[in-house]
Amino acid sequence: MSGLPFWPHQASAYSGELDRLAIAFTVLVVLLSAPVFFLMVVFAVKYRRGRAANRRHPVNQRVGLEISWAVIPFAAIVVFYVWATRLYFEQHHPPSNALEIQVVAKQWMWKFQHPGGQREINELHVPIGRPILLTLASQDVIHDLYVPALRLKQDVVPGRYTSLWFNADTVGSYRLECSQFCGADHAVMGGYVHLMSPSDYARWLEQAGIDMSLASQGAALFRTRGCSGCHGAAAAVKAPKLEGLFGHEVPLSDGTVVTADEQYIRDSILMPHAQIAAGYPDIMPTFQNVLGEDDVLKLVAYIKSLAAEPPSGPRSQP
Amino acid sequence: MTDVPANKHANPHDIRDRGLSETPEQRASYLRAGHTLRSWFLTTDHKRIALLYLVAVTFFFFVGGIAAALIRIDLLTPQGDLLSNEGYNRAFTLHGVIMVWFFLIPSIPNTFGNFLIPLMIGAKDLAFPRLNLLGWYIYVIGGMFTLFVLVAGGVDTGWTFYTPLSSMFAHGQVVMAATAVFIVGFSSILTGLNFIVTIHKLRCPGMTWGRLPLFVWSHYATSLILVLATPVLSITLALIAAERLFGLGVFDPRLGGDPLLYQHLFWFYSHPAVYIMVLPALGVVSELIAAAARKPVFGYWFVAGSSMAIAAVGFLVWGHHMFVAGESMYAGAVFSFLSLVVAVPSAVKVYNWTATLYKGQIAIDPPFLFAASFIGLFVFGGLTGLVLAMLAIDMHVHDTYFVIAHFHYIMVGGTVSAYFGALHFWWPKMFGRTYPMVWGRIMALLIYLGFNLTFFPQFILGYLGMPRRYHVYPPEWQVWNVLSSTGASILGIAYVLPFVYLIWSLRYGPPSPPNPWGVTGLEWTVPSPPPKENFAETPVVDYPAYNYPLELEEGARG
Repeated sequence: MSGLPFWPHQASAYSGELDRLAIAFTVLVVLLSAPVFFLMVVFAVKYRRGRAANRRHPVNQRVGLEISWAVIPFAAIVVFYVWATRLYFEQHHPPSNALEIQVVAKQWMWKFQHPGGQREINELHVPIGRPILLTLASQDVIHDLYVPALRLKQDVVPGRYTSLWFNADTVGSYRLECSQFCGADHAVMGGYVHLMSPSDYARWLEQAGIDMSLASQGAALFRTRGCSGCHGAAAAVKAPKLEGLFGHEVPLSDGTVVTADEQYIRDSILMPHAQIAAGYPDIMPTFQNVLGEDDVLKLVAYIKSLAAEPPSGPRSQP
Repeated sequence: MTDVPANKHANPHDIRDRGLSETPEQRASYLRAGHTLRSWFLTTDHKRIALLYLVAVTFFFFVGGIAAALIRIDLLTPQGDLLSNEGYNRAFTLHGVIMVWFFLIPSIPNTFGNFLIPLMIGAKDLAFPRLNLLGWYIYVIGGMFTLFVLVAGGVDTGWTFYTPLSSMFAHGQVVMAATAVFIVGFSSILTGLNFIVTIHKLRCPGMTWGRLPLFVWSHYATSLILVLATPVLSITLALIAAERLFGLGVFDPRLGGDPLLYQHLFWFYSHPAVYIMVLPALGVVSELIAAAARKPVFGYWFVAGSSMAIAAVGFLVWGHHMFVAGESMYAGAVFSFLSLVVAVPSAVKVYNWTATLYKGQIAIDPPFLFAASFIGLFVFGGLTGLVLAMLAIDMHVHDTYFVIAHFHYIMVGGTVSAYFGALHFWWPKMFGRTYPMVWGRIMALLIYLGFNLTFFPQFILGYLGMPRRYHVYPPEWQVWNVLSSTGASILGIAYVLPFVYLIWSLRYGPPSPPNPWGVTGLEWTVPSPPPKENFAETPVVDYPAYNYPLELEEGARG
């Protein structure tokens, strides 16, 4: 269908299933509304004023009729509700083996960071045949990453990480758009997703290759921005140690317990006073005006890479 | 009006007088009860205030229409060549703000509701005539602020004012625009309050709740939403202004606020606001269909009850605007289901109207054609709303032209068609003159065709993946955009022409008898146009609404 501007490209098995859902639901909708259109015209002709017709009214069966035309279409629609909701839930459960790519949106560009440290702007190269998980962060206003060929979009909300995953199966370059109004150049905040075979992707990674992986870039920031002064192994200041932190529970000074996920680490860097680890003083300064969202994502990648290591110093009690 | 030739009832004093002079009814009517400007601008007569609204609302309809014309001309080509990016953003923001708050919300309630509710329930006026006038002035002040925003450089946030774009980043007159909407909200609240009290307290003897015309029921439901939802919007807009002016961190994440909180508050008002815009139209259509078929509306209590059900359930579906905004998937599942539930009462209405036509005496006059257009477009708009309520499909078409097409089918195809239908049905009552039926029929068809040509291609564009608020798009989508703009020019002409022949009819139209359509309803028992006090003596009602004679089969009951 590529020549006809009737139907968008399908670049994943999910796109195909979504189209089947949309078409099947359209058929139902036509079936439910056709009687109204048909009967309005028929009645307007047949019972036109002044035209002879049988207008004697039958015995009244009002309530039964009313209930049946309310309940039967509703029941049919609920079937599609289950189908659509199942697909939506799938989209909220990324597989654990997904390739993670970090996305930072800002007025008016998309920045992508690959785990190996490769970075690109407004172009995203990813392999087909394996799940890709995009972690989305915004530097300023709300944006929305939309790839019509994948039938997927997700708002990118400042202050929180959102995510989107897909498993593409068709090589090609497809439009990527911002679909949430984000200011002056919203209409041109787009680019392309290049879906490549795994071998082409590997080649691309190599030629785009740079010295350090994302986590290593995070480690460099960790030193140059002074994080290691307090959180490092040799630090004199009493600050929570970060080895083995990611994915574990952290007791807070207000008595609650949170899990140290990406969002918690981000918030702890940018809004350190909001959640204080129990037993530590509230002395960390905010890095809000020092680090961009892309830098924070690198630090998150670094701290995630420390998850496997055992705590090197005294840590808060579980 | 086919079987009531106008000339039979024309000015009895001079049969050749094509209305060049006043009829005796006009001379005794509210239109001539005072000739000074003061008698209009300080009037407390609900009918005169309705006309003040009619003029003001129609003015803003055309201002918003000019913005729409700019948008459609710019979209003729894939490059953004007519308007700059900033200019385009200002055009669609202004189009949205004006059409939603200065046309759609006040359109039917403040003109036809104001004019007709007292007449329909046998009252002399609304319960609070001075509040009614105050409401008009508040509306005009809000409108002035909007026009000021327009000349002072515009606003570039979209009518939705999403944060933190609106509160921290946008360069336009955000605070002024928010102030305009804040102000006009009080006009909505006063109108809703006035209608509720009027319908409760001023019904004439015998006008029980079960005898109210369905137009009154739907305005009652609308009024409840106006009173309960509008304050939420006012508070939310005040918070935006506070964040923008004083850095109050409610919505800005840098200050610890939450941008999604804004969306929850905004849609808690703005989804019910959709029903503020469409419920009065549903009431109009019930009247028009019953009048055209000369039959009682099929299933009176189901149609009346569905208005109340829509008003109630409409408060519980706001989250369906946020399926891809970062809302929890469980919240998404609940809001999706409730959005399907809220469609049921609308479907009940549509099926009941169709059943009303069965074995009716259908006159193919402008009111019927507008009502039939409404039903067709409303059904289509409603069903595409169900498509959007499907979570997975929404992930694809949310914030695309599919959404634009969907809500224009409801708001423009639905509400504006009903507005024009009401204008063509009650015009003889309001002014005492009739207009050429043939023009009305042609315009109804032209609006229907122009509308579909404008908005149907947008469903395809949306599914192809054209985001809303884009004026730069890939060249392969141009053909659909050209079709849409062509339809828009037809639609534009079809919206202007009725005002030509309607205004012509004010002077040259044949005088209208009290009941030109031969229908039921208290408003048709008084002269056209009605006298200042509406009823010479308070009517007493001892029959149901739509009391048309029916031929019944044996054993049947009405």
